[in-house]
Amino acid sequence: MKLIKTDVLIVGAGAAGMYASISAAKSNKKVMLCDKSLISRGGATVMAQMTVAAALGHQEADHWTHHLQDTIKSGQDLCNEKLSYLLCKNAPEKIRQMRDWKTNWANDNARIRQVLAPGHGVKRCCYVDFLNTGPAVARTLRGEIAKLKNVTRVSGLTIIDLVVEKNRVIGAIGLNTEAGEYVSIGANAIVLAAGGLTQLFARNSASKNMGGDSHALALRAGANLMDMEFVQFFPIGHLAPRLVGMDPIMWDPFRYKLGGRLLNGHEEQFIENYGGEDGDAYTVGRDLAAYAILKECEAGRGSPNGGAWLSFQHLSKAELDEAFGPIIKKLSANDIDLTKQAIEVAPIAHYHMGGIEVNDSMETCVKGLFAAGECVGGANGANRLSGNAIPEAFVFGEIAGASAANTISETPHLSPQLHQNVLSNLLIELSRQPKQKSQFQTVTSRKLLFELQKLMWENVGVLRSKQGLKMAINEIRRMKNDIFPNLKPASGTVFNTSLMDWLDLRNSLLCAEAICLAANERKESRGAHQMEDIPFKSNKFTKNQIISMIDGKLVSRWQDVQKLEFDLERKRWAKV
Amino acid sequence: MKNNKQQNVFAELNIFRGTNSTKPEFQTFKVPFQQGASILDALIWINDNVDESLSFRYSCINANACKECMMIVDGQVEYACLKKLQKSGSKLEPLPNKTLIKDLVTDIVPPKEKLLS
Ligand SMILES: Cc1cc2nc3c(=O)[nH]c(=O)nc-3n(C[C@H](O)[C@H](O)[C@H](O)COP(=O)(O)OP(=O)(O)OC[C@H]3O[C@@H](n4cnc5c(N)ncnc54)[C@H](O)[C@@H]3O)c2cc1C
Ligand code: FES
Repeated sequence: MKLIKTDVLIVGAGAAGMYASISAAKSNKKVMLCDKSLISRGGATVMAQMTVAAALGHQEADHWTHHLQDTIKSGQDLCNEKLSYLLCKNAPEKIRQMRDWKTNWANDNARIRQVLAPGHGVKRCCYVDFLNTGPAVARTLRGEIAKLKNVTRVSGLTIIDLVVEKNRVIGAIGLNTEAGEYVSIGANAIVLAAGGLTQLFARNSASKNMGGDSHALALRAGANLMDMEFVQFFPIGHLAPRLVGMDPIMWDPFRYKLGGRLLNGHEEQFIENYGGEDGDAYTVGRDLAAYAILKECEAGRGSPNGGAWLSFQHLSKAELDEAFGPIIKKLSANDIDLTKQAIEVAPIAHYHMGGIEVNDSMETCVKGLFAAGECVGGANGANRLSGNAIPEAFVFGEIAGASAANTISETPHLSPQLHQNVLSNLLIELSRQPKQKSQFQTVTSRKLLFELQKLMWENVGVLRSKQGLKMAINEIRRMKNDIFPNLKPASGTVFNTSLMDWLDLRNSLLCAEAICLAANERKESRGAHQMEDIPFKSNKFTKNQIISMIDGKLVSRWQDVQKLEFDLERKRWAKV
Repeated sequence: MKNNKQQNVFAELNIFRGTNSTKPEFQTFKVPFQQGASILDALIWINDNVDESLSFRYSCINANACKECMMIVDGQVEYACLKKLQKSGSKLEPLPNKTLIKDLVTDIVPPKEKLLS
């Protein structure tokens, strides 16, 4: 097995991993940035089409303390305020830095345009036209990294497991997918920036590479996860007719700019019946809209494909063209004419508030192991404000990269033997003899993933119940312990899709179990975690939930929420 | 495409199989035809239901943002995620001007992003 040495290994090249590389590189240490897909293209960053929140105050008076107050309010008392503080305080500087690096934020000369988004008290959200924020951000960061001599970029390298010696990370093993070779990497410090896990749910806005690798890698290395139960569901994801070439959450800006009518299968407005207001303005919160749509479906009043109708038929072609010209063209390439038809929308899994537990240097409880981006838990509590995820990736990426480069001064203890052991364990797992040959002969990783996504969607999705969660945990454990060990990836080396799917599923099953366990322990409804049979919030659960893996088993415990000793009203640190 | 009901109309995809070291072949797959579905949807359906070893590149599925899914569809360079599946079927081949890796996967990785051996 090939052994490669670096000072800092960064796993995942989205906004967080790329920002981490740039900041780690300032130390002159050797940085290796890898991605299982292609650098800057595999995850959520390049797909984001909307806005980035930062208290720049270019449209109205604003201050990071206001952004922080809005973030904490949305997080429903569960934000790790030290992390939320870092996010809000540093976001404006990151937006300006990106502008200096030539990200073309929509602007009126020196003034960056900022718009209102739900939950933000002022116009705070920057964007790149038209619906081009993510691709622009990805391009900028990719360009900056290419200038750095001490950053090695590697596309097509999937990190499989971390190598840990006495609670200190010393490297990782990975699969070079194109050559079909296992590689081992010795590193002083590792930053996990491999993104989110929304691919675990049948209806999602995820790319293929968002099945929870970060979380599974962290757990197996001995790090903790927190607040895994909080998955954000975007209420009006595109459902039908099939629409290609567009991010499925694209209807939000439409409703936001133009107003849109949400109708049930009987073509009646219904949000009002659930205590929301719909009218023509965009006011109803994400959780209420998602809840109302699914309740209508449950009552047999859903749209044909199991969602709701979204109609813009009250608008003229001219109005639509003016607001969304190029997008209207893309719609017509899909045979969709908004002046003639309503489209179907439904909630989809979109973001994960929970994630790896880190301190304010982004370090986990494993020495030398850091995390950044969507895979980090805590900054957004029980519910994220829209536009907070990309600045989170920028800010946490920058901190994690600097911490990783600076705090680890010793040379790594390279242990080829330990690397070899980690790989051997994997190979043993891969070559296990099927226990129950006949029964699972036709099951493949893809089919089992499909079952898992369906199970998670139906029982661990927008509406949860005690019974549904219990059933789901048992079923996930059955998949993990009884079915998965029988799966055999197809043989072959170069670009072995079947092996990649198996590796993905190995992580997804572990992650699904962590989410389900956490959801089952939180016996209340709060933010994105809604229990149908416990429809109220309870003070007892104003705590963060930590999930760790002990002797191969997942265990949960509760921890006090980290508060900030800062007086947000007076804008000064409280005396301690 | 996953969640849709049983359909009776099928489309045939004639797909290049093989690596640099094998004899090139074409294999025909029958996939359910769905109005509006993309070629990528059909390829994913094949992975899910018929042959998990068929290789093609993609990440973003819907957004046409990752630009990884380029291939030759009926002689034209196309993004598989944008190109619609036709009832009459299609012939799928890897990009001709790039080194073949496997099936529809070619070497599109920029030279500076490769693991040095
Ligand atoms: C469709 C969509 C639209 C969104 N719109 C917005 C928006 O408008 N505003 C906003 O603030 N947020 C938005 N979000 C959320 C936001 O985009 C993400 O939270 C953010 O981009 C995450 O960045 P990241 O760097 O942490 O992860 P990602 O960008 O997801 O990058 C993670 C990378 O890790 C790689 N990877 C995964 N596993 C491995 C492994 N084992 N080994 C190596 N590499 C691996 C992946 O291929 C991927 O490239 C949106 C999300 C989606 C899905
Ligand atoms: S799958 Fe991403 S562009 Fe086609």
